[in-house]
Amino acid sequence: MSNIDKATVAKIARLARIKIEDEKLEPLAGELNNILGWVEQLDEVNTDNIEPMSSVVDAKLRWRADEVTDGDKQQSVLKNAPRGEYGFFAVPKVIE
Amino acid sequence: MGKYIVQGATGDFEIVLGLEVHAQVISNAKLFSGAATEFGAEPNAQVSLVDAAMPGMLPTINAECIRQAVRTGLALGAQINKFSVFDRKNYFYADLPQGYQISQFKHPIVGEGTVTLDLADGSTKEVGIERIHLEQDAGKSMHDQHPQYTYVDLNRSGVALMEIVSKPDMRSPEEAGAYLTKLRTILRYIGSCDGNMEQGSMRADVNVSVRRPGEPFGTRCEIKNVNSIRFVRQAIEYEAQRQVDIIEAGGKVDQETRLFDPNKGETRSMRSKEEAHDYRYFPDPDLLPVEFDDAFIEAARASLPELPDHKKARFVEELGLPDYNASVLVAEKESCDYFEDLIAALAKKVGKDVKDVAAKASNWVTGDLFGALNKAGKSVTESPVSAAQGADLLALIEDGTISGRIAKDVFEIMFETGKDADVIVEEKGLKQVSDTGEIEKIIDEVIAANPGQLEQYRAGKDKLIGFFVGQVMKATGGKANPGLVNQLLKPKLDG
Repeated sequence: MSNIDKATVAKIARLARIKIEDEKLEPLAGELNNILGWVEQLDEVNTDNIEPMSSVVDAKLRWRADEVTDGDKQQSVLKNAPRGEYGFFAVPKVIE
Repeated sequence: MGKYIVQGATGDFEIVLGLEVHAQVISNAKLFSGAATEFGAEPNAQVSLVDAAMPGMLPTINAECIRQAVRTGLALGAQINKFSVFDRKNYFYADLPQGYQISQFKHPIVGEGTVTLDLADGSTKEVGIERIHLEQDAGKSMHDQHPQYTYVDLNRSGVALMEIVSKPDMRSPEEAGAYLTKLRTILRYIGSCDGNMEQGSMRADVNVSVRRPGEPFGTRCEIKNVNSIRFVRQAIEYEAQRQVDIIEAGGKVDQETRLFDPNKGETRSMRSKEEAHDYRYFPDPDLLPVEFDDAFIEAARASLPELPDHKKARFVEELGLPDYNASVLVAEKESCDYFEDLIAALAKKVGKDVKDVAAKASNWVTGDLFGALNKAGKSVTESPVSAAQGADLLALIEDGTISGRIAKDVFEIMFETGKDADVIVEEKGLKQVSDTGEIEKIIDEVIAANPGQLEQYRAGKDKLIGFFVGQVMKATGGKANPGLVNQLLKPKLDG
């Protein structure tokens, strides 16, 4: 039985870069435990000797030919960026 | 070879090394998009909306990247997995727009294999390959262009990388260097990676730990992204000493990621990244497993050229090359191509078998030619003297038209002007004099002009024959056939 505590929620939030107010951590832990508890019902099913299923449809991975068919669209790529300079994305400095 | 030992104050330590090499796959397009991979384009000009991770964009695997990974696995004698899975490796960084890297975790495309190292003392050592998996490269961040901003270029984002993971089988900086050298040679032979470390198309993460002989493995540190073989060796030397110092001072080595600073020659901790090590891998729901059949593997195998170890053995055993020459030649595929073109042309020209001309030709290629190329800072593919022209020159020596000494002068002119050997020999009148009558005439003149030396020679100073040979060669401008001179001179001196 999984048990997600307040500290785990804070850690997951930081890893996912989601800001969560302190007072929301406890209620979220409760919600997540409920969700996991619900999913854990699956543990009741015997899955011995069953191959993991990678898709719900019987499909194979589609391969592309090694051809340059895309790119050369600097403006579109940068269009939604909060800040672009000289063709680069400009982001707040990530090293000290 | 001698064991590499770090001498501490309290005893000896040995080092244990494993390498993770990131090798950029040679392909036209990226791993999951149709954008180009070429180096040096305008920023963000080779970026598709897939590479920029725009919402709703889906990855489609590039068949060539799969084929190249399989070819690489085969070249390392490794197990090829006909079923492999792409996973998401989650972390945040400005140059990773998806917020995760598509990589392979549980089911890599290539399993265990082997690399045979050629060490400086002529011995070899086998290093195990643990696995090779395919993954996306990240973009490039530039931190020094603006006081407040980091500039990000996503051209490299999504380019295919092979991560080649070794087993912890290496025990010295030299072995780590030899491993990288050999791996790069193999990748370049088969054309799955250009091996260019300066441009970053091959980079190494080095895992270093130390232990007293006989003890279990110590705690390792990973030195990230070292981009030259020399730096790998320096980083290992520094890091091993650092760990020994910590242990001897009664401390404990922390498992961590470190950076090598080539300017200071030291490694230092990458602070603030510890938290990021929780990658939360899970199978990428956008991609089905990669599957292929034996026919695909066999086609990949059939596309491989002769590999360096095999080529070297053949050069030594079948062509009679000295071991050293064979090693120098097989280090680069282009050198082998030049050499093999040359001996084929030469053998044809002089009507002999290749194995009768190969050893001498290998001396010329690895000595005269490579010496001149090195001096001029040129690679063998940029040689002003083509393999066919080189063969012409050696054929002139072989058939006695010019002496080996004159050939060196002719080669110098060829290298400068690109002219053919026979043209130069004709223009400068360098043909070897093999006319017995003519040589005899010159010998008589030389003897007549040096009665003192003749007397001493006849009195028992037979070393003076060298002096007479020199005089005859000088009188003919080096063109006299040295064999003939020796043959004719002795009876005349002896009277």
